[in-house]
Amino acid sequence: MAALLELHDVSLSFRGVTAIDALSFSVEQGSICALIGPNGAGKSSLLNVINGVYRADSGDIVFDGVRFEAIRPGKAARLGIGRTFQHNALFRRLSVRENVLAGLSRLGQASFIETIFRVGRDAAERRTFAARADRVIAFLGLEAHRDRIVSTLPYGVQKRVDLARALVSEPKLLLLDEPMAGMNQDEKAEMSRIISEVNRTFGTTIVLIEHDVGIVLGLARHIVVLDYGRKVADGAPDQVRDDPEVIAAYLGTVH
Amino acid sequence: MAFFLETLIAGLFAGLMYGLVAIGFVLIYKASGVFNFAQGAMVFLAALVFVSLVERGIPFWGAFALTALLMAIVAVAVEALVLRPLRNRDPLTLFMATLGLSFVIDGTAQFFLGTDVHMLDLGIDDIAQDYGGILVSRFDIVASLIVIALVAVLAAVFSKTRMGISLRAVADDTLAAQSIGIRLPVIWRIVWSVAGFVALVAGLLWGARQGVQFSLSLVTLKALPVLIIGGFSSIPGAIVGGLIVGASEALADIYLGPIVNGSVSTWFAYILAVAFLLIRPAGLFGDREIERV
Amino acid sequence: MASIQDSAPDAAHVAPAVSTPALMRLALVATGLVVAFGVVPAYATDYWLSSIIIPTIVMGLAGISLNLLQGYAGLVSLGSAAFMSVGVFSAYNLILRAPDLPLPGVFVLAGLIAAAVGVVFGLPALRIKGFYLAASTLGAQFFFQWLFTNYPWFSNNSQSLTISAPRLEFLGYDLQSPHGRYLLVVSVTALLIGLAFLVVRSRLGREWMAIRDMETAASVLGIRVARRKLEAYAVSSFFLGITGVLWGFAYLGTADAHTYNLDKSFQILFIVLIGGTATIFGNFLGAAFIVLTPIVLDHLVLASNVAYLSDQGAITNLQRVIFGAIIIFILIKEPDGLSAWIRRGVEAIRGRLAS
Repeated sequence: MAALLELHDVSLSFRGVTAIDALSFSVEQGSICALIGPNGAGKSSLLNVINGVYRADSGDIVFDGVRFEAIRPGKAARLGIGRTFQHNALFRRLSVRENVLAGLSRLGQASFIETIFRVGRDAAERRTFAARADRVIAFLGLEAHRDRIVSTLPYGVQKRVDLARALVSEPKLLLLDEPMAGMNQDEKAEMSRIISEVNRTFGTTIVLIEHDVGIVLGLARHIVVLDYGRKVADGAPDQVRDDPEVIAAYLGTVH
Repeated sequence: MAFFLETLIAGLFAGLMYGLVAIGFVLIYKASGVFNFAQGAMVFLAALVFVSLVERGIPFWGAFALTALLMAIVAVAVEALVLRPLRNRDPLTLFMATLGLSFVIDGTAQFFLGTDVHMLDLGIDDIAQDYGGILVSRFDIVASLIVIALVAVLAAVFSKTRMGISLRAVADDTLAAQSIGIRLPVIWRIVWSVAGFVALVAGLLWGARQGVQFSLSLVTLKALPVLIIGGFSSIPGAIVGGLIVGASEALADIYLGPIVNGSVSTWFAYILAVAFLLIRPAGLFGDREIERV
Repeated sequence: MASIQDSAPDAAHVAPAVSTPALMRLALVATGLVVAFGVVPAYATDYWLSSIIIPTIVMGLAGISLNLLQGYAGLVSLGSAAFMSVGVFSAYNLILRAPDLPLPGVFVLAGLIAAAVGVVFGLPALRIKGFYLAASTLGAQFFFQWLFTNYPWFSNNSQSLTISAPRLEFLGYDLQSPHGRYLLVVSVTALLIGLAFLVVRSRLGREWMAIRDMETAASVLGIRVARRKLEAYAVSSFFLGITGVLWGFAYLGTADAHTYNLDKSFQILFIVLIGGTATIFGNFLGAAFIVLTPIVLDHLVLASNVAYLSDQGAITNLQRVIFGAIIIFILIKEPDGLSAWIRRGVEAIRGRLAS
């Protein structure tokens, strides 16, 4: 299969401190790719570069045949890059349903006037958006929480809402920043099942960051190991697990 | 040319006053994250109390000490009655609370001490002296020296003393500072007292020039553009920002005013500040923050 | 590739044809309209209409205007009164220079002019965030006060720089009396409340709140943040422009630049915070507080009969102190504003009905 996402020599630094160092790799259409590495390895920064929250110092990215050096987050969203966040980034005073509806924003076509007076394209959008939101809420088992304000929900549920919000517009690429952080083993297994189901059902290509190596080896088809912003290893789970440099740099020292 | 320079110097003097008020903001902003709208009311309160004491026959330094003491009492009261109950609330709420506080402070001051305009004589002659063809008031020069001395002392205190280091720790990371045993209420009380003292100095200098009256408290409105230009967290920035605002405002008034039909000093500083924001969003001396997601 | 539409089981969210909350809402709206257009005009005296009810409603509307910007979109403004003044001076000149324009047209155009001005002063919001934004709106506050003071053209070269309300009439009805002015105010307000609800319950309102709660996430989802922010300034200023016309023409009967000064902007800010952010009806509670507090304090002071307080200056300052103290008190005790009272009241009634 062809690559959906390719990074070529991407570098990023903050006030002179290198976060990502001439990094290149590619992610195949329809695969699940995991980024692993110790804290500060540049994993979150990398996701931020891919969907335009940060601007790379050099290098370029090809997504779905479109080549760019820097992109605005909104443009990335409209190209079809979805994203969840490591730290809670939900719209905390909105309900679950409103959060999920907001996830459809990239598809909204209705103009300002149409939106306010509920005429023209807005009327149709209201119906289809509501249906899509309800289906994703059902898909992720969030019906019971549908009208709750998200800040009142338990952490694990909020993580699922974040996923629902990113998934509802059916992006081609989904970037998941530690979707299982802070969860217990059962919750992790459940989230892992959901992620592979999303991948299987919708064919969504997924790039995720996760620290639990056991989970990653079971879930991902492709693993990229980072350390201090450099790529240490890149390949299938078996390959990576046996790589001596990975064992030295990462697997051997953690857990 | 002489006229230009005189205008510029008058503007710089006004700018020094703006800067002095802005320093009060910076101190409080660094320690408690509050944009303290009541700083202007504190300037007015200090000046009015001082002049009333002097008028009742209390000698200069006695009145000065008593007023400084009062400002410390105000600081302790503000910490207990406003800041502590509003801990961890959003900046806009805190700002509104200081707006309410400014009503309480200037209302109380005028309720007890009246609304008359008081003349304040600090014993520094306000006479123009000729420096190579340019007329500069001696008062302005002495006042500028006082401000510079005050800023130097503050800078030394905040970079050298334990208290200053604690303050910087609080400004950097409030939680971490608390976890190493820095007590926030104490820091707040001290910083608001120092801000009160700065307000006293500003009130005396500005009051001697303008007369002690309610309009002194409006100087607070000029602090926002000053801080935007200088950055919210830098004492030198506040002074430089003040000088830039004061000078450009005075020059704009003289050279732009006649073209557009009247004094532009009420709004010019804001337009300048917005222009600065668009070019340098963090101000001259501030750091740009990296957003972490 | 499968799609979400056909993959997931149909969600069972079929609401009954008319739900109880919807019925209750309908009943509330009907009651509100009956009170506003029937009961109040029938029983209120001219004094109550002119001095309490009209200013409360208009200031409540001002609160709604700012709440759209601040409570829903999370943007700061310290210059609300400036946009009100743009509205009233626009309306005055429209009536003066286009006498055939009917009153509703005047209102809408005045609102649109204020909206355009709002967009201009909102432009810095595209690059700066948070409290820094106060600078540009504070600039608007002082700029328009200066403009309407220094250019007499706006007040038709009147000596005092004051504009007086034109004869208010609509479809042949004279709206000059207190009752007429009340009806004008309450009709415009009812329409604008309806519009406000349409806006905040639309995708626009939802995206405003998303930007308010977490701007980075909003932009990552493809919300057009810059455009939405400018639209927030436009909508808010549209409301403020119309509110300004009502304040000048229907309440005071006259207006000048000073009518819409910084104090007024701060009052509107207080209304929003006291009433509650991201509410519509709470603003009227905030407005009632702002309008009634000075009146009540006045009566209390007169009744107390303390000799020292016979001095008007002392009374004004005492009011200032009490007002400031009440504001701090409310901020401490009611973080969600007085609209929390309504919510609690409704819940209490509901609880009683249920039991």
